[in-house]
Amino acid sequence: MVSPPTVVADHDTRSLRDDVTIIEPRLPWLTDRRKEALVAYVFLAPWILGFLIFTVGAMIYSFRLSFFDTNLLNKSEYVGTANYRQLFDDPAFWKALRVTGTYTAIVVPVGTVLALGIALLLNQKLVLSGVWRTLYYLPAVVSGVSVAVVWNWVLNPSPDGLMNQLLAVFGIGSLRWFSSSDWALPGLILIAVWGTGANMLLYLAGLQSIPSDIKEAARVDGAGPVRAFFTVTLPLLTPTIFFNLIIGVISAFQVFTTIAVITGGGPNNATLTMVYLLYREAFRSFSFGYASAVAWVLFAIIMAFTLVLVRSADTWVHYEGGLRK
Amino acid sequence: MTPTTDQTTRPDRTNRPYASVQATTPSFRFDPVLTGRVRRTILHLTVVLGALIFAAPLAWMLATSFKTQGQLFTTPPTFLPWPITLDGYTRPFEALPFGRFYWNTTVITILNIVGLLFSASLAGFAFARMRFPGRNALFVVVLATMMLPEQVTIIPIYVGWTRLGSFLTDLLGMQISFFNTPIPLSLPAFFASNYAGAFAIFLVRQYMMTIPIDYDDAARLDGAGWFQIYWRIVMPQAGPALGVIAIYAFGWNWNDFLGPLIYLNETSSFTLARGLALLNSRFTTDFQGIMAQTVLSLIPVLIVFFLTQRSFIQGTVVSGVK
Repeated sequence: MVSPPTVVADHDTRSLRDDVTIIEPRLPWLTDRRKEALVAYVFLAPWILGFLIFTVGAMIYSFRLSFFDTNLLNKSEYVGTANYRQLFDDPAFWKALRVTGTYTAIVVPVGTVLALGIALLLNQKLVLSGVWRTLYYLPAVVSGVSVAVVWNWVLNPSPDGLMNQLLAVFGIGSLRWFSSSDWALPGLILIAVWGTGANMLLYLAGLQSIPSDIKEAARVDGAGPVRAFFTVTLPLLTPTIFFNLIIGVISAFQVFTTIAVITGGGPNNATLTMVYLLYREAFRSFSFGYASAVAWVLFAIIMAFTLVLVRSADTWVHYEGGLRK
Repeated sequence: MTPTTDQTTRPDRTNRPYASVQATTPSFRFDPVLTGRVRRTILHLTVVLGALIFAAPLAWMLATSFKTQGQLFTTPPTFLPWPITLDGYTRPFEALPFGRFYWNTTVITILNIVGLLFSASLAGFAFARMRFPGRNALFVVVLATMMLPEQVTIIPIYVGWTRLGSFLTDLLGMQISFFNTPIPLSLPAFFASNYAGAFAIFLVRQYMMTIPIDYDDAARLDGAGWFQIYWRIVMPQAGPALGVIAIYAFGWNWNDFLGPLIYLNETSSFTLARGLALLNSRFTTDFQGIMAQTVLSLIPVLIVFFLTQRSFIQGTVVSGVK
């Protein structure tokens, strides 16, 4: 039942594989092509299983949970949309939304401008350029709890804290930082902006991929450095900026570790973010249904922002070679 | 920064008779050699100042870890403490089992690296070098999971581990719990799940696409099966991509906090990140101890970073440029 090589349907460049089947296979329906697909699915099996369990299954279950009032032990009751309705009446939710929004609205633009500025500086001819690049990038390497702990010490509320002494040099009085509800959030924003090294690196790579003859052409046409930046460099960087904005918004909405380690959402909910609210409701109050509702609202917000960014890309992201769509 | 010098106003260095006409404009402003030097000096000063600001918190951490009590709060701040003391490095080990935390973190990190390399290299190989129905659609699914926020799945997965534990307890008639074990923190890696898995599959696939497909065809002519092609032909050449994944997996898991926070609640099962946070909250005034322990926990991260700086940076760039 094996088909002779001459009638193999697709003669693409890789059809050599199909042609070499000369020995009659034991299972006639198992052509090489089918066998290849079968083996491929076996290779993909761990990921497919993981995707079905840890992503699809988990999301369906999470959605179901958000309609229940449950603590996983002795209480599990279908409550319809009560969790969502309760959420919109909860001042803590609105507070978390405001805090997360403020945080994102400052961290993303400031981080973008700063990262781009540093990348422009480091893109010049510098003595010991590798050393500087490493120093600016280092904060992005040391992440998580270490960063939180170190900054908690740098922003010590006493007048002898490192940052407060620096402020004193500029004649600014010492701040209470994480002990005050006014300065706790700015402190967190400062930490996030400090860790902008990974973005800097992406911009640096973007800058270095701009062909020098384009810049040269702009210079010959009489464009000064400022003008050349805004008319040549910046448009060519927009794909990198676009990517960074999306990643930046998503990760800013998910800020958690610094808050869990330093402030615990306080003082007076001043640093209560969406993810910390989710964590507190689920793993402190054991309201798993309510926390799942928080998760879905957070998910919807992140998706909405991502969609808006993606839709807006047509108007400002410039792909060299006119690769729009 | 550079003054936009017009070609025509360039200073004339020759002794021409009408040179006095130009003397009315201060010539140093337009001397290209001098402005170049001034410009370069300003540029370097800015870069160095910025680097100092960025490095200051880490330098402050290092300095604090060697300080005596009297050097903690001084005006101006002490960046080079003398005499130095190693008390900060010994005290936390007496307060909490930090040796144990190192071991736990190492186990979880290694399991994650192995799991991710296993699952992602198999999937990446299939996506890059095999033909099967639905290949493109499935790859789009991989990319889409990179965009999903982890928070939506944290609670259901936590509930899942709880339920599985009580189910097995009933079934086997003995107490089984996945909490305080590395299992919930490392098993998902063997299934390439979440962002880490999708990122790793993407990276492997991109890299394996660059290895000529002729190798596979030649191996098949010699009678090699698909697994042999994967293991003997392609994997040995995929070293750089696998290295980048290992480095990233190391960084993520060494630093992970939310996972250990949820699944580990007995001190003996803590990871470093969890132990550090505990030290920070329980011994709030032992600044030297906290900083010293932070320094110690960062040493492996920094060693790996400096040894692999090039591939680390490449990974960041590759994943960002897409």
